[in-house]
Amino acid sequence: MTQISVRNVWKEYGEQVVLEQINLEIAPRSFVALVGPSGCGKTTFLRMLLSQETPTKGEILIDGLPISPEPGPDRGVVFQRYSVFPHLTVLGNVLLGAELKGGGVLGRLFGAARRQARDEAARLLDAVGLSHALDKYPAQLSGGMQQRLALAQALIAKPKVLLLDEPFGALDPGIRGDVHKLMRKLWHEHPMSVVMVTHDLSEAFHLGTRVIAFDRRRNLPEERLRYGASITNDIEVWPRRVAGNPGSGTDPNPPRRDDPATVDGQPDRDDPTDAA
Amino acid sequence: MRLINKRPDRTSWMLLAALPFLAVLIAYALGSAVRLAENPADKLLPGLTAFADAIDRMAFTADKRTGDVLLWLDTGASLARLAVGIAIAAAGGLLVGLSAGLLPYVRATLSPFVTVVSMVPPLAVLPILFIMVGLGEASKITLIVVGVLPCLIRDLMLKIDDLPRQQLIKAQTLGANSWTIAIRVVLPQILPRLIDSIRLNLGPAWLFLISAEAIASESGLGYRIFLVRRYLAMDVILPYVAWITLLCFLMDLGLRVLQRRAFPWFEEARAGA
Repeated sequence: MTQISVRNVWKEYGEQVVLEQINLEIAPRSFVALVGPSGCGKTTFLRMLLSQETPTKGEILIDGLPISPEPGPDRGVVFQRYSVFPHLTVLGNVLLGAELKGGGVLGRLFGAARRQARDEAARLLDAVGLSHALDKYPAQLSGGMQQRLALAQALIAKPKVLLLDEPFGALDPGIRGDVHKLMRKLWHEHPMSVVMVTHDLSEAFHLGTRVIAFDRRRNLPEERLRYGASITNDIEVWPRRVAGNPGSGTDPNPPRRDDPATVDGQPDRDDPTDAA
Repeated sequence: MRLINKRPDRTSWMLLAALPFLAVLIAYALGSAVRLAENPADKLLPGLTAFADAIDRMAFTADKRTGDVLLWLDTGASLARLAVGIAIAAAGGLLVGLSAGLLPYVRATLSPFVTVVSMVPPLAVLPILFIMVGLGEASKITLIVVGVLPCLIRDLMLKIDDLPRQQLIKAQTLGANSWTIAIRVVLPQILPRLIDSIRLNLGPAWLFLISAEAIASESGLGYRIFLVRRYLAMDVILPYVAWITLLCFLMDLGLRVLQRRAFPWFEEARAGA
């Protein structure tokens, strides 16, 4: 199980403070959605989790140990674009993960090892609904199919944490719905935590177990340089979704149309009260 | 309709494409006829029969003194130099370009140096090459390498920079090390672009070859045209120039076909990017 701890992380570019005082504990098997206005540093934060950038201050730990200073196979990633390799077929793209891991100096597998990796890759591609396109090149796929491929490719490395940088932002709404379903299924089936950056609030609440909002607390023109964004909201999504339990996350007794609406259990103004 | 929206159909497209070629041929024929009418021994714009004679003499008859058919001898000598020169430049360009494009330490060491070296006019180095490696084949091949290699290195470095950064990150999250990234991710994507670079550098390569041959050589297409220039032998020079052009065109075509065959993914990936 993978616990991610972010301890007092700051990120500055020269004079510009981008993020300040980020403290965060991410429980194992969470699906955390990072939201916020553009330019608030949520992608920068994700890049630090990926070790594509390093914090100026503070530290990030996975299971109590500082993360490696460069990207590695414990953290998988899907970007909005350019996540897949244009020179490899669909199958080759997924197989590459296995080949880079176990292929030695040549980065290739042969014989039985290759057949085994090929079967695993084919199984993953089947799970993301690409089994009909094994021999196509990414340029021949639609945007949604490319992102499905990127997911399968990331999963073959069996990451502890899967990082998603606006992975579905460029997709059509209909296709996005399908990919959401797939994403939720993959999260239930694979033993990993997910951290996803999105600018789409409904997507965040639709998929996440926890939604974290980044924003600048001070945003006057003269403050903008020296005050960065921090976490302004940390919302547990209710009803609670539990990884590995696809039925969770839906309210067993959803309020019906004519039910009296209550806010936080407080009686409404016109509700009968027994204040005697 | 605006001019920018008017398009020729297929037939007129081909007619239009043929037009400049026909215009040059007709202009030549007219000029040649006028000059020959005035002086049947004119050497500047020889007529068709003179060309036929010259081509027969150079391409299909063995030279009386040496027993060689000169056109094929020259072609063989020139193409061998060109092939060796370009092959060395391509291999070196790939090696240096790839390591400098991927490894910041190599880039810091080599990039400024390569930039400066690529500014040296290669022909200005030719005398040095003649002095240092002699007048033989080595100096001609070295000139091609010196002229083409820096351009290939810089071009490949730029093309590696153009690869999306995300790909390198992604490969690392899949467990790749620097070496496997180089051979599994970057090299296969750079090879088709190397072919593009070579195609663009064919012109300069020929330029350096012909210059070197013109100055010191005993065979080669460039040697021949500069040799017969002394006799104003336009009937030999013009067919040689046409032949060099054809060779150049065929090499370009061959590289394009090779790129399409060997890297079937490349065209679509480039169009999509």
